[in-house]
Amino acid sequence: MTLEIFSFGFMQRALVSGIAIAILCSVVGLFLVLRRYSLFGDAVAHSSFGGIAAGLLLGIYPMWTAYVVSLVSALVITRIKQKFDISGEASVAILLSSGIAIGLILISFAGGFNVDILSFLFGSILLVSVEDTVLILSLTGIILIIILLLYRELIYSTFNEEQAKVSGVPVEKINYLIVFIAGITVVTSIQLVGILLISALFVIPNITAIMYGRSFKQTSLLSIAFAVSSVIVGIFVSYLFNITPSGTIVLFSITIFGVTIGFKSMGFLEGSKINKKKLFLSNHFI
Amino acid sequence: MKVVEIKNLTVEYPGVRALDNVSFSIEQNDFLGIIGPNGAGKSTLFACMLGLHTQYSGSINFFGEDIRVSKKYLADLGYVPQKPIFEKNFPATVREIVKMGLRRNGNEKRVDEVLQDVWIHEISHKRIGQLSGGQQQRVFIAKALVRDPKILILDEPVTGIDTQSTDLFYGILSELNKKQNITIIWASHDLDAVNKLANKVACLDRTLFFHGISNEFFSNDELVKKYSESSMQKHMHHHIES
Repeated sequence: MTLEIFSFGFMQRALVSGIAIAILCSVVGLFLVLRRYSLFGDAVAHSSFGGIAAGLLLGIYPMWTAYVVSLVSALVITRIKQKFDISGEASVAILLSSGIAIGLILISFAGGFNVDILSFLFGSILLVSVEDTVLILSLTGIILIIILLLYRELIYSTFNEEQAKVSGVPVEKINYLIVFIAGITVVTSIQLVGILLISALFVIPNITAIMYGRSFKQTSLLSIAFAVSSVIVGIFVSYLFNITPSGTIVLFSITIFGVTIGFKSMGFLEGSKINKKKLFLSNHFI
Repeated sequence: MKVVEIKNLTVEYPGVRALDNVSFSIEQNDFLGIIGPNGAGKSTLFACMLGLHTQYSGSINFFGEDIRVSKKYLADLGYVPQKPIFEKNFPATVREIVKMGLRRNGNEKRVDEVLQDVWIHEISHKRIGQLSGGQQQRVFIAKALVRDPKILILDEPVTGIDTQSTDLFYGILSELNKKQNITIIWASHDLDAVNKLANKVACLDRTLFFHGISNEFFSNDELVKKYSESSMQKHMHHHIES
């Protein structure tokens, strides 16, 4: 029963796409979380709602319109934020509400909600096609290569913009690049967990990993491990119990976070590493 | 040989002139202490020199080139800020932070060398947020040094740091200037330290009222008194306002 799920084509595609999206979200999300831009993913996802609605109304593949609308709105809001000195949270709120507002109006024109819209809102990883899987894998590969090539510039400008600027890092261009990459990642990930839960993939594995990791690389790898295991377990459990994969994935991710918080409050995580001695003693004597 | 030349630098913020017609130059291998009370314009001067503030009149030349024309000078510059602002839980080790300063094709062996030079090789595996203020400042000086700068700019780098760490920090600065021939431009409130370490002094209070040999400033009672009075007035004003 348990192993037969791997024999289904839709399950193979769901697992491959899900793992790729998990890696992408955790890597890109770490930069967003450390830049105090945690809700950016949420805002871009909500703005993509307008794009999806436009695509459905115009009869264009909704993911393409979602990519265009999300990227344009993310870049515009970043420009407005820089030019008019609007705070990050306020710009996120503007992006979030305008996307939903436009989407709702377009849906009204189209005659109301339907199954397509709901699958974008709540995710539909079990429905990804071969073409979707190829697109997800390609975008993941391209984005990870860009991040590896510009690793120093990305981490330096995330750590301290002023110092990075003085060291010759083109900080403004890097900021736009982050927003661009995050925009593509969000829309690509919508199929996994849907618009409403997208920020969970960006934020929760990273917040958890930051509590364990000592170095940036270690934190990044841990975040990937948490996100990937959440996706695999989520898809597996959702199949076994016939429940929604998106909710299961996010709940498993929250469970790892909850256990980590528990470890931390009991003092097992001191100085951002596992206090092995304390853990050993508690296993044996408590 | 002049490595920095500042001519008629004037910076205006709404309702206040932060720097007024400041002109001076810095020779290669100088150890220049820039002193001045709070609000004297030291940080504004540095922001202009580092290319972070570009709304000024006058000119700033590094290695004979106007910094508004070319940014090449940044490659030969190391900068240690007053109190580096970063996310407290930023997951990066001391080694990773120092490595950020490395040039694109820089040799990673240089990271180990500078970690040794500033006495932080034993804590290179620790997270930056776990260190004391003094240790963090040494990490930032290592990050500045790893790119082998010709000029090191430090903006009141020992503010809020204990005496022992401060002495160690000053010792490192002196070595860098004397043994590695790095030109040092250092803003400080600590007149005694400037007297001991710097060979040149620039005294700033929006306008430059002294620039020259350190001994000339400190042996001139009238100048020191003028500085102290100005500093005290600013301090009192600041105290009353707050």
